[in-house]
Amino acid sequence: MAEIELRHIDKHFGLVHVIKDVNLTVKDKEFVVFLGPSGCGKTTTLRAIAGLEEIDSGDILLDGKPIQGLRAADRDIAFVFQNYALYPHFTVYENLAFPLRAVGTAKDVVDKTVRSVGKSLGILHLLNARPSALSGGDMQRVAIGRALVRRPKALLLDEPIGSLDAKLRETMRIELKRLHYENGSTSIYVTHDQVEAMSLADRIVVMNDGVLQQVGTPTEVYLYPANLFVAQFIGSPVMNIAATRISEADGSARIALDDASFDLPRELLGMLQQKQAAADLSLGVRPEGVIVSRDDKPGYRPAEAHIIQPFGGFDIVDLKFGEKTLRARTTSGFVDKPGATVFARIDPAQAHFFDTSSGASLGIRLGN
Amino acid sequence: MARIRLENISKSFGSHVAVDKLDLDVADGEFFVLLGPTGAGKTTTLRMIAGLEKPTEGAIHINQVNVNDWGPAERDVALVLQQYSLYPRLTVRDNLAFPLRSRIRKMSEADIGKRIDYASKTLRITHLLDRKTDRLSGGEMQRVSIGRAIVREPQVFLMDEPLSALDAKLRESLRSELKDLQMRLGATFIFVTHDQVEAMTMGDRIAVLNKGRIVQVGTPRDVYSNPRDTFVASFVGSPAINLLPGSLAGDLASVAQAFQMPITRSAAVEGPVTFGIRPEDVEVAAGAPNEARIHDVENHGIEKIVTLRVGDNLMRAAVPARVEVKVEEAVRFNWNPDKVMLFDARTGLNLRHQAA
Repeated sequence: MAEIELRHIDKHFGLVHVIKDVNLTVKDKEFVVFLGPSGCGKTTTLRAIAGLEEIDSGDILLDGKPIQGLRAADRDIAFVFQNYALYPHFTVYENLAFPLRAVGTAKDVVDKTVRSVGKSLGILHLLNARPSALSGGDMQRVAIGRALVRRPKALLLDEPIGSLDAKLRETMRIELKRLHYENGSTSIYVTHDQVEAMSLADRIVVMNDGVLQQVGTPTEVYLYPANLFVAQFIGSPVMNIAATRISEADGSARIALDDASFDLPRELLGMLQQKQAAADLSLGVRPEGVIVSRDDKPGYRPAEAHIIQPFGGFDIVDLKFGEKTLRARTTSGFVDKPGATVFARIDPAQAHFFDTSSGASLGIRLGN
Repeated sequence: MARIRLENISKSFGSHVAVDKLDLDVADGEFFVLLGPTGAGKTTTLRMIAGLEKPTEGAIHINQVNVNDWGPAERDVALVLQQYSLYPRLTVRDNLAFPLRSRIRKMSEADIGKRIDYASKTLRITHLLDRKTDRLSGGEMQRVSIGRAIVREPQVFLMDEPLSALDAKLRESLRSELKDLQMRLGATFIFVTHDQVEAMTMGDRIAVLNKGRIVQVGTPRDVYSNPRDTFVASFVGSPAINLLPGSLAGDLASVAQAFQMPITRSAAVEGPVTFGIRPEDVEVAAGAPNEARIHDVENHGIEKIVTLRVGDNLMRAAVPARVEVKVEEAVRFNWNPDKVMLFDARTGLNLRHQAA
C-alpha cells in the first residue's frame, strides 16, 4: 500500500509563490504524471514529496500519515533524476547493490535482488560494466534499477528520459510502463513533454504557475480540457483557438471567426444561454476536428490550402479562410499542394468553447 | 537566387572521415534538409557550403561557379545557428543593422532602415526593435538571429539546428513560420537537423545522412513510404516502423516463427528477409487472422499506439482513440499486405526500392 496525499501545499522561494494550495490524492499503484512548462512548480512539488524540499504549509501524507517531518531517507520513497547520478567508480552491479548494502542487507539477498531487478530492466549483461561505458538509455535503466532495489513504497521520477534522443525515448516509455505494470509501485513522474504524459499516465496533473489546472485521465484532458491553458498544452499540433461571435442564422448557430463563419447545431445557442456565457468567447477545435473535403458540400466553407506538413501517416494542412488560418489534419496526400482550394467544416462534437477572459471551458459538448 | 551543387565532396579531420564522397544538387528556391543522427556529417557539410571548412576533396558550386577558394563573405550565404550569438548589449535594431554596417557594404542608413523594416515585419518582431536582446525569450532571440540573416539578402540561408534549443510548443510554431518565410522569400534554404519531424514537415526534399554518406535523397513522402534501407525506414516516422525478422515463401510472410501473413508481391524475393510495416498499417480487429497479447497501450489523444506481443516480437499498431484494450488482453491483428516493405536480412537494403 502506498497512497500519497497532498493537502493545501504552499511553498515560496523568496518572494516567488511556486506552489499554490495544491491538493491531490495519488492512489495506491497509480501512475500519475505532473505536466507543465518549466517553472510551473511540478519539480518542486515532487521534491517536496521526496523530502528534498521543505514546504511552507500543508500536509504530505503517505498512507494517511504525515511525513513532512521525516528526513528523505526515512520516507521509503525512491527518486530518479534526469542526470542519472550513478557512482562512476562502481560497476553497474555495485551501483545497484549500494542502497541495499548501505542498510546492511545480507549478501545473498543483495545478489538475488540485484539480479532480479537487472533482469526486469534488461541490463543483466551490463552488471560488470562501469557507468562511463554505458549508453544514456542504459545509464537511466541502472538509475531506475537502483531506485527499485529497496522496493520503495513509491517511486518519484523527474524527467528521467528527457535527455535521451527521440527514438530511445519511445522505447524507454514502453519499458517504464511495463515495469510499472509488473511492479505496480505508486509512481509520480514529472515532465514538460505532453506526449510522454499522455503515453504513460493513469492520470495527468496539469500545472501552470504553481496551480493545478486539471487532474484527469489522458482521455479526459485531451477531449475535455478544463481551460485554454490545458487545451493548448495538450495535443500536437496545438488546438486551433479563435475569438468568436455566435449568432442565430438560418436555423443554426453561426460562429464567426474574423473572415470565416461556420454553422453549428442550433442547440448551441440554448447551451450558451444556460451557461450564461460572457460575450467574449473563444472557439477551440483540434486539427482533427476541422473536416476537409475536396468538393463543395452543404455546410462546408471554401479555403485556400497554405503550408502542408507531411508527418508520414497523416498531413497537417493550414487552411486560409481570408485572413483566418485554421489547421486541419487530413490523410496523407489528401490536399495536393499549397494554393489548392478545398472546403472545410467544424465537427460540432469536437468544438470547445472558452470564456476568453478567464480561460475557463464552458463545458459545452455538442453531438454530431 | 542560388543553386548549390556539391560534387564528390569529402572532408577528413586527421584520420577521421567526416564526409565521404558526397554529391548533392539543391535547386534554386528549394527548402532542402540534411537529416541524420549525431556524427552523420551534416553540420560539416553545411560548414563547407558556408566556407567555414575547406573540403579535402571535391568541388562546391554556387550557381555553376566553383567557390572552393572563396571565403565565407564572398559566398554571400547566411548561417543561422542553434546558439543565437546576438550582441547582448545592443538593441534588436542594432543587432539587425550590424551585418549591414560593415565597411565593405557601404550601405546608407536609409537603406539599412528599409531592410530592418522589411525583416522585422516578416518575422513579426517590430515591437521588439528597441529592446536589448538579453530581455528576449528564446523564440524571440531565434527570430532576431534569422532576421540578421534576412537583412543581408543572401543567396542562400544555411541553418544548423536553429530550433533544437527551443521547447516543443515553440518549435512547432516556428516550424511553420520558417516554412512560410522560405515560401515568401523564395530563397534557397539548406537546413540541418536530427529531428525527423522537422525534416518531414519543412523540407521540399530531404537528404538522409549516416556516417558521412548520403543514404537517400527524396521528398518527405518518398523517404517515408519508399525508404532505401532499414536505417532510413526507422529514422523517419514516429512511432517507429516495425522491423521484423522472418522469411518469405511465395506471397506468404513468416515472421520469426510467430505468425504467418500474406503480402502483396511485386518482386521475386525468397528466403530470409526483414519485414517493415508502419504502425498505421497494422490493424487490431476481431476476426483478424492472428493473435497477439497487448504489451503496452499509449494514449496519444487522437489515437492509441498499442504494442502487440507475438511470441518474442513486439509490434506497434495505431488504433482509433475509442478502441478500449487492456494490457495482457488477447487481441487479433492484421496488416495491410500492400504496405509491407521487404529488406535484405543482411544488408538492410530495401529489396523493392525504386530510385526516385
